[in-house]
Amino acid sequence: MLAYILRRFGILAVILFGSSFILFNLAALSGDPLEGLRTSTDPSAHRQMMVLINTLQLDVPPPLRYFLWLKGILAGFTGHIDFGMTRDSQLVSSTIATAIPTTVRLVFFATITAIVLGITIGIVTALRQYSRFDYAMTFIAFLMFSLPIFWVAVLLKEFLAIQFNNFLANPQIPITWIIGMSIASGIVWAAILSGDRRRVWQIFGGVTLLTAALLTYLSITSWFAKPGFGPAVSFILAIGIAYGITQLSVGLSNRDALRSAQTMAVISLILYFPNQYLFDHYASPLLIAIQLLVTFAIAAAVGTYFAKIDRTPTIRTAMLTGFFIGFITLIDRFMHTWNPYMSTDAVNFRPVPTTGQANPLLEPGNFWFSTLDILVHMFLPTIALTLISFAGYIRYSRGTLLDVLNQDYIRTARAKGLNERTVIMRHAFRNTMIPLTTIMVVDFAGIIGGAIITERVFGWIGMGTLFNRAVTSFDLNLLMAVFFITATLSLLANLVADLLYSALDPRIRTGKG
Amino acid sequence: MFKKKVNSTSAPQDGGENAIFNKETQGLSQGQIVLRRFVRHRGAMTSLFVILGMMLFVFTALDQKFGSLKIPGWWHYTTEDLPDLRSIGCKEGLVGCPTLSIKPTFLGGTGVHLGEHPFGQDDIGRDYFALVMRGAQRSMMVMFVIGAIGGAIGTVVGAISGFSRGWIDAILMRLTDFIITIPVIIIGSVVGYHFGNLGVGFLAIYLGLFSWTGLSRLVRGEFLTLREREFVDAARVAGASNRRIIFKHILPNAVGVIIVSVTLLMSGAILLETALSYLGFGVVAPDVSLGLLISNYQDSFTTRPWLFWYPGLFIITIALSINFIGDGLRDAFDPRQRRRITKKDRQSAKAVTRTGVQK
Repeated sequence: MLAYILRRFGILAVILFGSSFILFNLAALSGDPLEGLRTSTDPSAHRQMMVLINTLQLDVPPPLRYFLWLKGILAGFTGHIDFGMTRDSQLVSSTIATAIPTTVRLVFFATITAIVLGITIGIVTALRQYSRFDYAMTFIAFLMFSLPIFWVAVLLKEFLAIQFNNFLANPQIPITWIIGMSIASGIVWAAILSGDRRRVWQIFGGVTLLTAALLTYLSITSWFAKPGFGPAVSFILAIGIAYGITQLSVGLSNRDALRSAQTMAVISLILYFPNQYLFDHYASPLLIAIQLLVTFAIAAAVGTYFAKIDRTPTIRTAMLTGFFIGFITLIDRFMHTWNPYMSTDAVNFRPVPTTGQANPLLEPGNFWFSTLDILVHMFLPTIALTLISFAGYIRYSRGTLLDVLNQDYIRTARAKGLNERTVIMRHAFRNTMIPLTTIMVVDFAGIIGGAIITERVFGWIGMGTLFNRAVTSFDLNLLMAVFFITATLSLLANLVADLLYSALDPRIRTGKG
Repeated sequence: MFKKKVNSTSAPQDGGENAIFNKETQGLSQGQIVLRRFVRHRGAMTSLFVILGMMLFVFTALDQKFGSLKIPGWWHYTTEDLPDLRSIGCKEGLVGCPTLSIKPTFLGGTGVHLGEHPFGQDDIGRDYFALVMRGAQRSMMVMFVIGAIGGAIGTVVGAISGFSRGWIDAILMRLTDFIITIPVIIIGSVVGYHFGNLGVGFLAIYLGLFSWTGLSRLVRGEFLTLREREFVDAARVAGASNRRIIFKHILPNAVGVIIVSVTLLMSGAILLETALSYLGFGVVAPDVSLGLLISNYQDSFTTRPWLFWYPGLFIITIALSINFIGDGLRDAFDPRQRRRITKKDRQSAKAVTRTGVQK
């Protein structure tokens, strides 16, 4: 195994060397970094040229200059990696260091959302193969595959930002919208849950009426201008989460787990006001981290208390329930921040921005305001990226799950009388995740590379923007640094994916090439 | 019970559902089975007609020049004409709005007609319908060239690699890794920035030269499994040359994988071209492509939305059709593929087994 990994590393180094050499020379040949200065009439142009030639070592021919660049990279082994200088005489490494967090923030959440959403929908479509929901989702997936992201982005800006902001000025939902949205949600849920004709109509009617009632209530109370759950709704949601998580995790028949999940919900209700106090007075990332740890500790205690025989699944259920309830609590708190945030001068009642990664006018200092500001700015780009990337996960997880469901061991599991939940969640889902995991690893490595187009459309300054700038201004060192980081990560991710695959699936052996 | 009955006849051996499928494919060649399955895929067939119709529509719309030969198009404007910006029928303060009308007169509209400028005019008065047609031609051309070049290289590299194994395989696969590490968009940017003016054909060719990697891996995998199969041994024992084995025996079996991934490659290609043109590294003015049109007019969405809608709709229609065709092909070539079994199928299958018993 070790020999295999070492050999792969060797190959990786050779590939990196070769492709960086070629790219370096290609890029060096693609344009003249001094072009603007040569034709400039500025009296200091000559001096500027000399400075540039000096800092970028432009007097060395490209193939040799590559080795100077390589020397800087190889110095990374001693801890002082040197990517050289940009054209503006800044260190490439510091330019990149400021871009990476932006890019990660942008793409990481979009990737997570796409994975969760894509896999969930993919599994539901596979379980309801050839249903109307399946066909509809297949169509939507293909539609998403076919959308140019900048086109989506413009539409989102118009309809989700500008129109939504207009709507917020007077948050009354028009009656036609209420009717349309209720019927739409009724159709979707009826298609997902399906059943015989009578049941479908019941679901459709129930969901439609419920949605209509909810929307009317939200509209009348101007909820969108002043959103929030409050303790009552939070508790109802928490109970819902408790049942949902228990059902998915161990099944409702496991009374111990159900009881511990319910206890978590009750504890969340008891702690609602103390939490608000903490949120108001000690708000910081540290507080949230501590609260998360405390939640897990409580969950572990509750799980241990209720578990009679099988401790681990009960504790796991309690922890998952605690985590999601905590998430709801946090969302609730952000919702309470919404109205004060909207009223600040910097935002002025148009909260959803179309460009930028943060509001420069917002006064710093308030944790909730600045975090909400970042979240609001992430809103549109995240939706755009999620929309175009979750289709792949739908198709892939659907296909894999269908393959798995045709396997003999699924038939065996059903034949020995396991209930459908156990068959799907324990036998089918886990095996579906094996190939999906390897895809995810490679996708996550792509995060650093950024999203060139998305960043440009939404005016973010991340890795993609740097790359774009490097190409248009012939900034060789910057270009090579972006390339080097992305290429290394993607090669490493492929290696990790291979190793992970063999670790997860014992039938696959790595090492024999 | 049911199963026993089936077994007792000469009908297919394996269960009720298989009986239905086996009955359907009795006495058909592989090609006929694939064709039948494809024709039955409604989405794919619709898409096929859409894309063929669209090609005919788009490519005959404008004048085409082949050297000195000039084929006149049916549309009365070209991309170079500069008619006056018209404001008749437009909303207050707008010029060059589309004249296309699809609302019939009996519904209170102005009737179904194309009008002078069905897609409107751009900011200097050029006919937007002509521009979109030219852009669609370019985008489709790029798509087909990338599909052809990428498909050809990918198949050849994958086939050689998977068939020969050993050091040839190692070298070719490292070469593939090598090209995978350099993202196409980087190559496109670097080359496009410098040689951008060489035209769309050149863009399509070099994009094709760098987009075969995924396909070659798939084909290699397919060849690695197929070359171990008995029919290959049989052919070898019978004295077939390597070339014959590759082209006559293995390739026809791998053709499903190849066709499907080439379609997907093509639908990816049209988006790639669009994205590169959007960034300014693909098709550059004065040439036109759909991506370039959207990129030029993305800021006019609120004021003159037609400049934004039409090229986008064309991109989506093309990419969506190609994706559906690819899906139909995948279903058609997949031997495990099961169609939904309808009540009618079951009844006819029962009828078959019953008559079988009576025999």
